[in-house]
Amino acid sequence: MDKNKAHWIYAKMNDIRNFENQVQKIFSTGVIPGFVHLYAGEEAIAVGVCAHLNKDDYITSTHRGHGHCIAKGCDLNGMMAEIFGKETGLCNGKGGSMHIADLEVGMLGANGIVGGGFPLAVGAGLSSYVQGTDSVSVCFFGDGANNHGTFHEGINIAAALKLPVIFVAENNGFGEATPFEYATSAKTIAERAKAYNIPGVRVNGNDVMEVYAATEKAVKRAKNGEGPTLIEALTYRTHGHFEGDNQAYKSEADKEKWPVDIDCIKKFKEYALQNDLLSEEELTEIERASEQAVQEAVEFAHNSKEPSAETLTENVYVAYRQ
Amino acid sequence: MARKLTFSKAINEAMDIAMERDNKVILIGEDVAGGATVDHLQDEEAWGGVFGVTQGLGNKYGRKRVIDMPIAEAGYMGAAVAAAVTGLRPISELMFNDFIGSCLDEVMNQGAKIRYMFGGKAEVPLTIRTSHGAGAGAAAQHSQSLYGMFTAIPGLKVVVPSNPYDAKGLLLSAIEDSDIVAFFEDKTLYSMKGEVPEGYYTIPLGQAEIKRSGDDLTIVAIGKMVHVAEEAANELAKQGVETEIIDPRSLSPLDEDTILQSVDKTGCLLIIDEANPRCNAATDISAMVVDKGFDSLDAPIKMVTAPHAPVPFARNLENLYIPNTSTVVQTAKEMIGKLTLSR
Repeated sequence: MDKNKAHWIYAKMNDIRNFENQVQKIFSTGVIPGFVHLYAGEEAIAVGVCAHLNKDDYITSTHRGHGHCIAKGCDLNGMMAEIFGKETGLCNGKGGSMHIADLEVGMLGANGIVGGGFPLAVGAGLSSYVQGTDSVSVCFFGDGANNHGTFHEGINIAAALKLPVIFVAENNGFGEATPFEYATSAKTIAERAKAYNIPGVRVNGNDVMEVYAATEKAVKRAKNGEGPTLIEALTYRTHGHFEGDNQAYKSEADKEKWPVDIDCIKKFKEYALQNDLLSEEELTEIERASEQAVQEAVEFAHNSKEPSAETLTENVYVAYRQ
Repeated sequence: MARKLTFSKAINEAMDIAMERDNKVILIGEDVAGGATVDHLQDEEAWGGVFGVTQGLGNKYGRKRVIDMPIAEAGYMGAAVAAAVTGLRPISELMFNDFIGSCLDEVMNQGAKIRYMFGGKAEVPLTIRTSHGAGAGAAAQHSQSLYGMFTAIPGLKVVVPSNPYDAKGLLLSAIEDSDIVAFFEDKTLYSMKGEVPEGYYTIPLGQAEIKRSGDDLTIVAIGKMVHVAEEAANELAKQGVETEIIDPRSLSPLDEDTILQSVDKTGCLLIIDEANPRCNAATDISAMVVDKGFDSLDAPIKMVTAPHAPVPFARNLENLYIPNTSTVVQTAKEMIGKLTLSR
């Protein structure tokens, strides 16, 4: 890994953590409508994967999508404004936290429907395959979604047609309030890959270097026309399913089963220092710049206007004759 | 003073009574118990559904009758259909009505058609409880009101309660009914309180309620819109217009007679439906009145609905999306005004 990549990784992980901490704080004041699902603690997965992607590559995301958006390059100002429901938001305030999207950077949308991303990622892969482009598509999904029909249908299509798609399971231990082991008949998500005759690997999702290494192989395979890979990244949902969730379903014993003791950002910081990728000064500067960027995003969102009334019925169609 | 319960608790009590009376009644869905298999979890802390509507039932009836399902709507909704055919009387919770997209085949092509396709030799005593409605900032995929879509499908019955009392009595009827009943709960009504008698009672499906009597104008309002109608009626009364409000309570079957009789009395019909304006319950009721009661009408039927657009996220847009009292009052006044001129 070169210094630039290490810089990028550390910056993105910090952006996500700071962003989510701010969203949590502001949500508790009632300024943000609806509900939010926070990604803090799982940064290594989105960042480790997106470190291999460029603007022409696509990702699909989930209800817990802020981290994927940031890692893929969505503008922090536009994201925060969207979460506030402002006209300057990436979706002009129409979508909100669960529907942030930005096609300019290959972000095909967070998603309010569990399992909604699989067929969409397959479609982006199909588009790449038919058009003969070099782009790959990545489907991020949670452990809850691995029991949804779309998981099986989507992976099978991608595998059968050898489409350039990477399926990234973020196994954080819980689908809403239900433990992974209760809802999933298989011991691991990765082993389900066997049924589709594709590689399935399980990595420590709190170690960005492990995620990075697994994704590198998967991207190569996808670009070589060999088809999809299923990566299961183990992590732990340090937040509730949504903000305000009492999380009574979590126990100390649960936490020990998952690599919670490892903060993915601290872990990478140590790695970067030990391997002379980033100096203490550089790390501190990245942290400072990230905090500032997120603070600016908050101010941008606060200072932005609500969407105007006439936008209520705009953008339903490209054209519609009445 | 009669006992008051929230909409949510009234629904919980109906399920409790049904499960107490009949051990064939089971409850399945995503996190309906919540934290299944978590040993340390005390039931009062367990979710009991994402809105807490099923709280306590897992503890009382056990995890064999209150079963958390994986996030696999097609799987468990289809299972609920066949469990109903083979002797159980399931209540299957679809967390948000928007998620019908993930299990429409099981409801529309399997459940709704089984009795007919099998020559009347099967029954599908299944209740699908689901939440609907905008106003919670839940955005486009968690806020729709899709009861109109269900109403269009033969074989399904459709119930949309507007208050705690009706919710309890209608849900008990739905559970006891031997057809599939889709039971729509407006998520913004869950905390609404109202008088609810203790113990068992039912309200028959297909029986509308006249919420208020009046001679000048009939308003048919669905679910939460009944409260918008009531506010509008208070406003209109101040201006000398007496409104009759009808809450159909179930859309399928639909109490056509009560609506037609009211329109015959007032000559004027306004329908409020939070759903999008095309092919919804309002257009359906309007078509029925034009077909069967045209001669009673003194003015064109008016409908106040959401616009032909998905539910927006931004608070100000969401507020504009939902039909409100002032639009209803204004529409009613225009109708009555034109009428007064022509009379």
